[in-house]
Amino acid sequence: MFTLEEIKRSFLVSVWFVFLTFPIMVIRVDSIEKTVQWRWMNVFWVALGTFVLSFVFRYMMRRKEMKSSDEDEQGDATGRSFLHRWLADPKYRYIVFGSLLAIAIIFPHVFSTYQTSIMTTALMYVVLGLGLNIVVGLAGLLDLGYVAFYAVGAYTYALLHHFFGIGFWVALPAGGLLAALFGILLGIPVLRLRGDYLAIVTLGFGEIIRLVLENWGQFSQGPSGVSNIARPGFFGIEMSLDTALLYIFYLMVIFVIVTIFFVNRLQDSRLGRAWIALREDEIACQAMGIDKMRTKLAAFALGAFWAGIVGVIFAAKTTFISPRSFTFIESAIILSIVVLGGMGSIIGVIFGALILILLPEYLRALSEYRMLAFGAILVCMMVFRPQGIIGSIRRTYTYQNKKKPDTKVS
Amino acid sequence: MDYFIELLFSGLSRGAIYALIALGYTMVYGIIGLINFAHGEIYMIGAFTSFIVATILTILGFPALAIIVLAGLAAVIWSASYGFTIEKIAYKPLRHAPRLSALISAIGMSMFLQNYVLLAQTSDFLPFPQLIPDFDFMEPIAHIVGSSDMIILVVTTLVMIGLTLLIKYTKIGKAMRATSQDRTMAMLVGINVNRIISVTFIIGSSLAAIGGMLVASHIGQINFYIGFIAGIKAFTAAVLGGIGSIPGAVLGSVVLGLTESFATGYVSSDYEDVFAFSLLVLILIFKPSGILGKVDTQKV
Repeated sequence: MFTLEEIKRSFLVSVWFVFLTFPIMVIRVDSIEKTVQWRWMNVFWVALGTFVLSFVFRYMMRRKEMKSSDEDEQGDATGRSFLHRWLADPKYRYIVFGSLLAIAIIFPHVFSTYQTSIMTTALMYVVLGLGLNIVVGLAGLLDLGYVAFYAVGAYTYALLHHFFGIGFWVALPAGGLLAALFGILLGIPVLRLRGDYLAIVTLGFGEIIRLVLENWGQFSQGPSGVSNIARPGFFGIEMSLDTALLYIFYLMVIFVIVTIFFVNRLQDSRLGRAWIALREDEIACQAMGIDKMRTKLAAFALGAFWAGIVGVIFAAKTTFISPRSFTFIESAIILSIVVLGGMGSIIGVIFGALILILLPEYLRALSEYRMLAFGAILVCMMVFRPQGIIGSIRRTYTYQNKKKPDTKVS
Repeated sequence: MDYFIELLFSGLSRGAIYALIALGYTMVYGIIGLINFAHGEIYMIGAFTSFIVATILTILGFPALAIIVLAGLAAVIWSASYGFTIEKIAYKPLRHAPRLSALISAIGMSMFLQNYVLLAQTSDFLPFPQLIPDFDFMEPIAHIVGSSDMIILVVTTLVMIGLTLLIKYTKIGKAMRATSQDRTMAMLVGINVNRIISVTFIIGSSLAAIGGMLVASHIGQINFYIGFIAGIKAFTAAVLGGIGSIPGAVLGSVVLGLTESFATGYVSSDYEDVFAFSLLVLILIFKPSGILGKVDTQKV
């Protein structure tokens, strides 16, 4: 692997990158003070970093090529990971889910309120990820304005509470339904288009929603946001701050379970199979008699519905929202969660959300580099492992003698 | 009437800048069928490079003309290198992958570059030196048409003419047209398709760099985030004119620039970006193929 030829190539790569990053990485100027700062150390770091990375890149590329040629010979029987085989067994599955539930129940009693609050946020992203997974992972529609639906949900509750004093439990379905309605309204014009147009239009839509919220002062209180939003009530009992956070945490746990249940059932339903088929080949799908528009709209509306609901919970948790919480970065984070975890895979998305939200929280020193890393993750995942860390596996029907004609693996 | 002409010219120069960026989108789309999300970031890097070079040269006391030329040259060289490298890393390995993969990779690249400049430089708005001086001969009409508006229009027109000649009459232009029509066929007649794709990225990035420098000098400040909005707007322009079509990109950019200019001038400036996005949604509803685009039917 470390032949002279390889070293020479890596050396050239690192020279090229030193040249490439020179103005941005090394020089920093101040045009008012008229000073120039030269950061020569960065040359060394760039050279070293790219030298090593070019080896890794080539190694990964070779491995990927070898893998794809292997698969051609053997078919995809070995494609399943250890985790999948393990979870396929119902006995283990109940143990895993039972212990996860137990951890969730005792979590707030073991860790501090701060940890619980972070965990609640992570769980919110799990639900957001699962919602976007319906749109991107299952239906294959790249939605870059997902945060708009989240914003719709959050503002629904905030404004209903602000103007009419409506409580959390009424606003929860209202936020979800309104977000779904927005999903349908946006979906009708744009879902006829090809995938890449959809990405840009949803991106534009996300920005429009944010700009409107920022500029339409009388309606949304503009950039200063809405404050003093009530936390969720529990039959009118007064709660202290800690208890309220605990309550939201448990609500979120229940909500995650409900979402997983729904999404899992949805995936195997007629609609879910139609989404996957549509993702693979639209024309063949239409020939089979699947109504393309209605199926896509359903995906869009359902994805938006979850985002709206999480939005309501978000508003209730933080008690303050402003348009700044709903920028494109938010959409990008949710997309990274889905892509890292594995598009279409429920377990993958859960893992993705926990990794991407909890890791930067605990590695505070690295949180500056968070968005940089997210960008790199998107590129690397697509180049080296498009199926994600825990990819979804196709439902397969295998023929086993005459006793069990179909065994499902999910 | 003066106000109208002022808006007209500001719209035209806006459109000219959008055209410089939109051409990169449309050329890349025409050849590999991918929306290069990172294109806006290349424009931003062009603006930053020219900012850095121009500031250093100003400190060293170079004459104004030399600063403009050298800063522009540096912006073009580095932006083109970035464009070339991005294609090799993020798009080339995905050439046979599903469209969604390449698109996500492009978005990742865009996020990476934005934050790379944010971390390596600064998150603040930087005051960009005014590179284009106010000409004396423009004095009588300076209250309606600024010198930099005029320069932007002239430079863009020259670049457009150059690009048209390149694509129409040179060998490489011919190869580019062939590749965009049918990549496999182009390979069969002996065109090095990988090289053509690289060249396309280099040309597109150079145009964006020129746009980046002109805009930064016109507006007077830059930030790591400028590429994002500019990128979406230029894309809107490319779609408006019909993506994949070079005259379409220019036409779409001018229409978008004028729309924005008149809408902010006569309606409200708060919703400047909303007009552009709404226009995009409207076009996609009523004429997804754009003004000059071809309707492509998908065959099985």
